[in-house]
This record gives sequence, structure tokens and C-alpha cells, in this order.
Amino acid sequence: MTDQTTQTSRAQVNLVGLTKNDYRGNPSSLCQGCGHNSISSQIISACYELNIVPEKVVKFSGIGCSSKSPYYFLNRSFGFNGLHGRMPSLATGALFGDITLKGIGVSGDGDTASIGMGQFKHIIRRNVPMVYIVENNGVYGLTKGQFSATADEGLELKKQGTNPYLPVDIAWEALVGHATFVARSFAGDPKQVRELLKAAISHNGIAMLDIISPCVTFNNQDNTVHSYSWGKEHEVALHDLSFVPRAEEIMVDYEDGQIKEVTMHDGSMVLLKKLERDYDPTNRTEAMRVLEESNRECCLITGLIYIDESQPTLFDHYDLPAEPLNRLTEERLRPPRETMDKLNAMMF
Amino acid sequence: MISEKEQPDENTTGSVRPVINDFSITVATVNGSGSQTSNLTLMRALFKMGIPVSGKNIFPSNIQGQPTWYTIRVSDKGHLARREETEVMVTMNPATFARDVAGLVPGGALLYDDSIKIPINRQDIHMYPMPVKQLVRDSAAPTSIRDYIANMVYVGVLANIIGIDMEHIHKALDFHFKGKAKPIELNWSMVKNAYDWAAANLKKSDAYLVKPSGQTDGYIMTDGNTAAAMGALYGGLQFAAWYPITPATSLAETLNEYIPVFRKDPQTGKNTCAVLQAEDELAAIGMVVGAGWSGLRAMTSTSGPGLSLMVEYMGLAYLAEVPVVLWDVQRIGPSTGLPTRTSQGDLTLAYHMGHGDVKHVILFPGSVTECFEMGWKAFDIAERLQTPVIVLSDLDFGMNQWMTKPFEYPDRPMDRGKILWEDDLQKMGDRWGRYHDVDGDGIPYRTLPGNRLPNAAYFARGTGHDDYGAYSEEPEVWEANLLRIKRKLESNLALLPEPVIKQEQGADISLISFGSTQDAVDEALYVLSNQGYKVNHLRMRSLPVSDNVKQFVRGHKRNYVVELNRDGQLHQILQLEIPDSNLRLISLSHQDGLPLTARWVVEQLLAKEEQQHD
Repeated sequence: MTDQTTQTSRAQVNLVGLTKNDYRGNPSSLCQGCGHNSISSQIISACYELNIVPEKVVKFSGIGCSSKSPYYFLNRSFGFNGLHGRMPSLATGALFGDITLKGIGVSGDGDTASIGMGQFKHIIRRNVPMVYIVENNGVYGLTKGQFSATADEGLELKKQGTNPYLPVDIAWEALVGHATFVARSFAGDPKQVRELLKAAISHNGIAMLDIISPCVTFNNQDNTVHSYSWGKEHEVALHDLSFVPRAEEIMVDYEDGQIKEVTMHDGSMVLLKKLERDYDPTNRTEAMRVLEESNRECCLITGLIYIDESQPTLFDHYDLPAEPLNRLTEERLRPPRETMDKLNAMMF
Repeated sequence: MISEKEQPDENTTGSVRPVINDFSITVATVNGSGSQTSNLTLMRALFKMGIPVSGKNIFPSNIQGQPTWYTIRVSDKGHLARREETEVMVTMNPATFARDVAGLVPGGALLYDDSIKIPINRQDIHMYPMPVKQLVRDSAAPTSIRDYIANMVYVGVLANIIGIDMEHIHKALDFHFKGKAKPIELNWSMVKNAYDWAAANLKKSDAYLVKPSGQTDGYIMTDGNTAAAMGALYGGLQFAAWYPITPATSLAETLNEYIPVFRKDPQTGKNTCAVLQAEDELAAIGMVVGAGWSGLRAMTSTSGPGLSLMVEYMGLAYLAEVPVVLWDVQRIGPSTGLPTRTSQGDLTLAYHMGHGDVKHVILFPGSVTECFEMGWKAFDIAERLQTPVIVLSDLDFGMNQWMTKPFEYPDRPMDRGKILWEDDLQKMGDRWGRYHDVDGDGIPYRTLPGNRLPNAAYFARGTGHDDYGAYSEEPEVWEANLLRIKRKLESNLALLPEPVIKQEQGADISLISFGSTQDAVDEALYVLSNQGYKVNHLRMRSLPVSDNVKQFVRGHKRNYVVELNRDGQLHQILQLEIPDSNLRLISLSHQDGLPLTARWVVEQLLAKEEQQHD
């Protein structure tokens, strides 16, 4: 399992004729060593390896350090940096413009778990088909170090004192809210981040990734969940995971009984290698138990926690044309003149 | 002063000279009792008789059990504003009985449920007790709907007393129940029985009568929310997000009702418009801004409290130059205010929604037909200017039925504004930058998500940006961008609906108004003219203030700005935008939750005119 990257990713040009450079963004203005930058570069890798056409992706974000990051990947994709905590609504409306596009939203723990909790829960409830990444560092970076709602109880921060509250668990909130894809990873584990991203991008529904992304400047004490050293030591991977698009030969070196196949909407599969646990990510009750147990034991469960490919997405509830709505012309949007009499007759 | 309604002369024999097609009816009921169906039936029947008619529902913010009044005005002269006087009172509500009886004009007709045993201490009115319980008991109606059917009793009795054509009552019921035989028959038989009972048992003694008048040909009857929704659907609306709120709710619900009828794609049979009920107004406007940005004709509809929540995203839409349409069906604020009462009090907020330097395009429909017209026009303006457009309607328009000119098909093709798809972008080449003013009119070109060219994408944001959408904190870049956005609006005011102006030879004073006060203002002008006053009129149809409005104001010694709010919000805006004419602008503002009356306008204007001469 050390190298599940495929032939295409080693080549200079992928199946859609693009080099990795074609997926890059502007230079990051985030701090040196910020976990968010590492996530951005895995988004680039995942899209490159999945042969995604960048013009078929739309990026969204709210406000905060995390929300700046869509500027640092996929320059050829449209993006909209919206309002604090309000990225989900912006994305929901924008994706109606062309439902063949894939949305990638990047949010932070403040943006999602504090000001944006309402919209977060509702985009999940509606199962809007997009990737929703929370770059979770437990701290407000842009305003220089206040507690966020995901900060650990007892965390001490300069100027803030000690955090007296239990943290919001974003993966738990997503799961309780009927998310159809819930995963957690750690920015310092690029391979797992990349594989989960690939699975998330291929999921036809809301794909929520809670990525613990240490803040090197304001929250990187060894005793907090959101630090590198803590994450590295306490991370418990649910399973080794490798995402394999259907178009390619499955290369995973697996043993009977140790591989869990999850078929994605587009026919591709996620392969989960179980480690010490016999974990079934299609079992919601089991997912809740694992999360609750890991919270009690303070270990960082990573991997694909839950997936359900059978739920209808938001757009399945609308009988929309296959052609993007934003390309429809006047003849298809304005009722013909002859209907005017009918309309007026419908009044009294 | 405006004269009281002329009282019918009683002659020596006790019979009276009839008053035909010129009086007001008030129906006092308990809300949630089905009285709205009865009241609409009466009004629609009068309309079908060809009599100019209006109806105002004065109702509580409550589901059931609170007093509610419905006033119907018939006027052969076409004066349809609310009046304070009532000539015919129908009262079914013991809780308001004493007050209702007291409010009737001398010589008025009182129809009341005879189970109300409160003494009536008036000798100067005509009384018609109605045995409501008895008539309901005698009907075949199932017990479960008897309370609702009870209100059909007064429809039948009133029809008999004032002479409403029963055939038109049947037509109105047929329309209301969408042709469903069973409810039509149930209600009709109650109306008919009550009518027959009245014919056999009551003797008409009051003066008030209606007669067919032939004056409503070429009109339809509908409400402003329906008109706005239909206008939007004819404007090619593609996405609407909303959150339920009185009095805007029926606008979005109408979209849902009519999309399957009018908005199936002629090529695929699929829907070309999507409506989403959001979790709150923050999300509704967020979705609409997203949809507008991705190239859809996008709209939301709300009222005051929702408007407050939408401020944040409207500021972003202004700066990021995203076309959206926002219908504000106003009710009284501040705060929750009176949710079921009308107002024009959101103007100041709407005009400047957003922190920092923001000024939005505002449209003011002045009739229900104009609600339809602005329903489609708003999208042309929003997309051409790449900016939010707010349409200010109100509860009076939105929830009351109005006789109005039929909706007219849009007189021009859609204006989608400056959009670059693949071919267009290729032609423009390097000259394109999302916020680059290529044409010198302040309006840049925009590309839309899904554009397949690698150089089509840009990163939209609410932060400072240069001509190419890149983040910038450069002082000159910020200032140049904001000045361009200002110029974009100011140099394109010709795209906005012009004011409607009525001039009289020799008039040196004027009334300035907007929106649903139009009927009251028209009637006030009629009364003033009859009293020998020469007054011009300008009805605003949009903001920012255009040169035509400025010239009009400068051309009058005194301009009285009439509006339904406490502070004279339009008056304040006009003073700010026409600073050389501050002394020419006088505020006539007032708000108590009720639609404006002509009497108030006339009295206030004459009182202020008198001060001028003191």
C-alpha cells in the first residue's frame, strides 16, 4: 500500500492532456508550514490524478485563512469567495447554474462550526453534490488566535486563557445531519488526504471532509488535537484507503477479507483496507459508535467514516434539463406570446 | 376641506334617494372562519358587474379567532383607495360589534348575525338581522364545515339588499374553488338560501345599491404578489430561493404553482426554473447571489425582517457585481412590527443595503400591472448593470385583490447584458478582465461557470480586487473600482423606468409619490382640483433619482412628498440628491399600518399650504 498512484499520475500529462501545472493556483499567502497549503497541494494532485477537467470544477469558500486557499489551487476553475459562514448557500445557488460542474468548497472550523453551523447543517440535509472541506485548526487565525468552536476543552491560548467548553465535532455533526459521505484526515498525512479527496470528488452527494490542519502560528501546542505532533502520534487510521477510478486497472494489493469495496456513483470504487478493526463505512450506527468511542479515547479517527451512495441529491428533486440552465436561451425561458391570453384568463 | 360623503336625503314618506355604485362596505368577522372566501366572492361579483371595486383586508397576525375587517369600495368614478367611512356594515363578530355599529355613517345599513344580542343604540341606521344559525342549520352542510358556510349567509343577504347579481356570485365561487363541483355547490346553496330568505323576509329601507356599470371590461382582478411572480416567470426567472414570511409568501408559492404551466422547456419538457425554500433569509439571498453569479436569472422575495437579514449578501453582490432581483413586499417595521399591516418604510434600508458605500437600484411598481412589468424588467436591468435590483412592493399590493389592466407581454427581448461564452471570449482575447471597463460605460464583461476556455475563470470575492479579479489592497485600485461601480449606475439611469408625470396648466405645487398610494393620490388630486387647487403629480418609478425628477422638483415652488412611513424616507432621499431644492421639498408622511386615504392627503396638503400663507 505504499504507492497506489497510477501510471497516469507518474506521466507528465494525464488522460485529459493536462500537466500538474495546469491544476495549480496562485502562490499562497498563508503562513509557512500551514496545514492548509498541504491540503491545497493534495487537491491539485487529486484532480490531476482523477483527470478532472479544471473548467468543470467550481470553487467556493467563506471567510478565514482556510477560505483564502481556493485561490491557491485550480486557477482554471471559477471560484467565489463568499461571506463568513455562508459558503453553503452561495454554492447551492451557483451549482444550479450548471449541474454538470463539481463544486469544491473550502471552509474552516470558525466558518463552519461557529458562524456557519446553520448553513453547514442544511447543505448536508439537502445533499448538495459537492465536496465540503473543513480545514480544522481549532483556532481563529486571521484575527490572530481566538478559540473556535472546535477548540479542545482546556486548551490554553495566549490572551484567551483556558477554553472551558467541549469542542464541536464536525464529523459527528455531519453524520447526525445525514451526510452521505463523512471522512476525516490529517493535513500531515498527504497520501490519505489525497485518497479521501479523490473519493469525495467522485461521490455524488455532499462529501464532508474534516481535515485537522494545524495552525503553525496560533495553535500548535503539543497537547492539542489540532497540532502536528499530537496528530501524528494519536492518529488512528480506520483503514488504508486507495481510490481507484473505474477506467483504470485496479492495482491494489489486497488480501481476501481485508479489502472493503465501496462503489461510487460514477462506477468507480474506494478500497478500504481494514486494519485492526473490521470497519464497515456503510453502517451509520457503527460510524456513530466509532466516532463517539474515539472522542472518549481522544484518538483521531481518520479515514472514510461513512458513505451512502444511494441517496438522491438536491438536483434529483428538480426535473431540470440535462443542458446547463445557464446556457438556456430566451426561446426556452420566456413563455411564448400566445400564452398571454391564457395567463390573463387565469386571473379573474 | 374634503366633504363627508353626501348623506342620502330622507323625504317625508321615509323612502330615500338611492345611492348607486358609490359607497363602502365593511365586513367584520373572526379570522380563520373562512370569511376571506366570502369577501372575495362579493368583490369578484361586483367586479363582474362592471363596477370599479377595491378590497382591503385588514387582518390580524393570527391563524384563528381574532377580529378581521374587509372593506370593499365601489366607485363609478373609479376611486378605489381605502376610505374611512362605511355605508354598509356586515358584522358577524360580537367582539367588535359595538365599535362596528358606532362606525357606520348615519343612514347606513347594518347587516348582523342575529345571535349577537348586544343592544344597538342608534336610530339613524337601517338594520337587517340575519338568522345565520337557523339558515345554516336548515342547510345540508356537514357539521364540520358549518362555521365556514355560515359566512356565505351574509353573501346571500347582502346580495339581496344591495342588488348583487347572483349569476356573478356563482362565477366567483366557481373561480375560487377552481371549478370543483362539491364545494361550489355547498357554498352556492347557502348563498342562494340566504338570498331567498332575505327576499322573503327583509324590506329594503336604506339607499345603497349596485347596478351593472360596464366599466371593468378590459380589466383583470389579481394581486401584486401573483403579478410579480408571473412577471418574473415571463422574465425568464431560472432560480428563486425564499423563506416564508408575511406578506411575501404567496409570491414564491405562485412561482411553484405556475412553473409547471408556463415554464416547461419547449425542447425537453423539463423545468427551466427551480424554486428552493431556504432555511432562512441569510441562505435565501446567498443562494440567489450564487445563482446570479453563475448566470441564472435569480430572485428572492421577502419582507422587512428578511430584508434585514439579507443586508450582508446584498453588499457582496454590489461589490462583486452580481445581478440579483429582490422583491421586498413591505410590512410595518421596525422589528417584527405589525406583520399583517402595510407600509413603505423599508426604502432607506433597501437603498443602502450593505455596509460601506452602497447604493442600489430600486424599482417602485405603482399598480398591480406594473408588478408584472417590473417582474420581468428587473432582470434586464440587473443583468445589464450587473448589480442587485430591489423591487419595493408592499402588503397592500401583495395580498389584496386589485382590478388592474391585463398583463402585457414584454415589449422587448431579454437583455442578458455583457456575457462572454467561449466564442465571445475568444474574440475579445487579452482585452478581457472581469472588472476591466472595456467599453468605457463602467460595465465590465462577465464570464460564467461552465465556460470551457481555460482563461474564462476568475475568482469572485467581496474583498478588494483589480480589473482581473486578483486580490488587491492598493489604494488607487480600490478607489478606482468603487468609483467605476458608482459611475456604472449613474451613467446608465436611462435604463430605469421613468417617472410618470401629470401636469396641469399653471400649477406651481406638486405631489410626489410612489407605489401603492397611487389610488389615494389620484383621488386626492381629483378632490383638490374640484376645490380649485392646481397640483401637478409625479410618481417615482425608480431610484437613483433621475434628471427628470430633479427638473420636476426644481420646476415647482413646493413639492409634497407623500409616503407611508414615519420619517419621510423618500423625502429625505430627494433632499440628499437634489440639495439645491431642499426648501422645495415638503414631507407628507404617515404610517398607521393602513392603506392611505385621499382624505388624509388632502387635509395634510391643505394644512401645509395654509402655513405657507400665514
